[in-house]
Amino acid sequence: MASRLEELKDEVRKALPELDMVIAWAAGPDSLSHTPLFITEAADVDRIEWDPRCSQSLAGYLPGLRGKKIGILAKGCDARSIVELLQEKLIDRENVTIFGMHCEGTVDPDKIRSATSCGEGVHSVEIAGGGVKISTGGDACADGETCMVGMEDALMGKCFRCTGADAEPCDHFVGEHGEPPAVSSVPPSTLDMLEAMGFGDRLHFWEEQMDQCIRCYACRSACPLCVCQDQCAAQSREPHWIDQTDNPREKLMFQAMHALHTAGRCTECGECERACPMDLPIMTLKQALNRRIKELFDYEAGKDPEQTPPLFQFREEEEHIKERKW
Amino acid sequence: MPVLEGKELRIIGFLCNWCSYGGADTAGVGRFAQPTDLRIIKLPCTGRINPLFIVRALLNGADGVLVSGCHPRDCHYSEGNFYARRRLEVLKALLPVLGIDPGRFEYTWVSASEGQRWRSVVETFTEQIHALGPIPTFKAETCIDACIRAAV
Repeated sequence: MASRLEELKDEVRKALPELDMVIAWAAGPDSLSHTPLFITEAADVDRIEWDPRCSQSLAGYLPGLRGKKIGILAKGCDARSIVELLQEKLIDRENVTIFGMHCEGTVDPDKIRSATSCGEGVHSVEIAGGGVKISTGGDACADGETCMVGMEDALMGKCFRCTGADAEPCDHFVGEHGEPPAVSSVPPSTLDMLEAMGFGDRLHFWEEQMDQCIRCYACRSACPLCVCQDQCAAQSREPHWIDQTDNPREKLMFQAMHALHTAGRCTECGECERACPMDLPIMTLKQALNRRIKELFDYEAGKDPEQTPPLFQFREEEEHIKERKW
Repeated sequence: MPVLEGKELRIIGFLCNWCSYGGADTAGVGRFAQPTDLRIIKLPCTGRINPLFIVRALLNGADGVLVSGCHPRDCHYSEGNFYARRRLEVLKALLPVLGIDPGRFEYTWVSASEGQRWRSVVETFTEQIHALGPIPTFKAETCIDACIRAAV
């Protein structure tokens, strides 16, 4: 593991003179999640970290840095966001250099904090022996120097539905390719839970969830595909899609807007839910649309930069659309 | 007078200017009796429809939304309804997850000459919405809810 990280650092060090910046992860203020690191000087390369704490996607920084030569570290899910940005011509392939390593899964700090007493001063997090091994210096954790947490109690929700753990495309891949994390008992997703409920209960589920929303729009800021920036329809006064009242209806309307705007583009990278300070299950709406898009158009976002998104094209005879006969 | 017994419900119809609006007009010229729950909004083309029109209407208290345009291959702008068909099909996956019965939204194609078909679409859809009843709303009331109650 350590040697693979050193190899990765060597690759970055070699490529750095040709690049304006390399975006990577480094240890941050929270010992259970790494923070983005923007490298312009070789001395900073030593700070790079790659372990299950690299849960944040760095792909969202790319459109804002268009025109510069950027190197970026990417997991499988991050690369799918990069593919979408390439597909929509928001970044240029020749200006982006992707560094990848096999991702064993990423951990959710909140889940670990509720499953164990490890929260502060974590030294390392590893996927080992079918679980997540968290090592602390000793007295930081009441459970001893290491705790083991089951995969289902530690991983980010997106990792249970991972469709490819390694970055594709990738310019500098270090180490062996591997499979997505194997989890024996996957916890049910919010979408599965909702589908078992009646429509009235679903509406009240969203009312309760959206009541907690503080309208910080962190989901929008974190989304790698929310590229409209200041042109977001949520802020437009004409048309006035969403009013300013603190009401779950308006907040749900925003989530519907986000889901419909990313329909056929969302790669389920989970950034919206990771960024949400209230832990609202807002990716559920996007998952529902993706599931339908897969059925209707046999399309999954983030696979091929040359493909046209399904809502940007049509067929005169749609194979899977069954229109109602009146 | 509502053709159906009981209280009138609020149904929004998004109709394209070239076919379905003409079809609704044909039905009117032919003096076909129709339920009066439907309020029509005329648009240049179904391709103009942002799926958010429908979400916003339903969240703001519409009991049903009907979209109608030109038959496929008959679009005045050649391909607007083809794009609309894909968008509206995708929208159908969102509504049930939000807790809105998928029967509250339908789309169809009615040409300007099909007055009879327009009447049967309106009758069928209105009956469908009456079977579902008024749209459930959030427990927390807002001024919108007060307006909705006052307007009915």
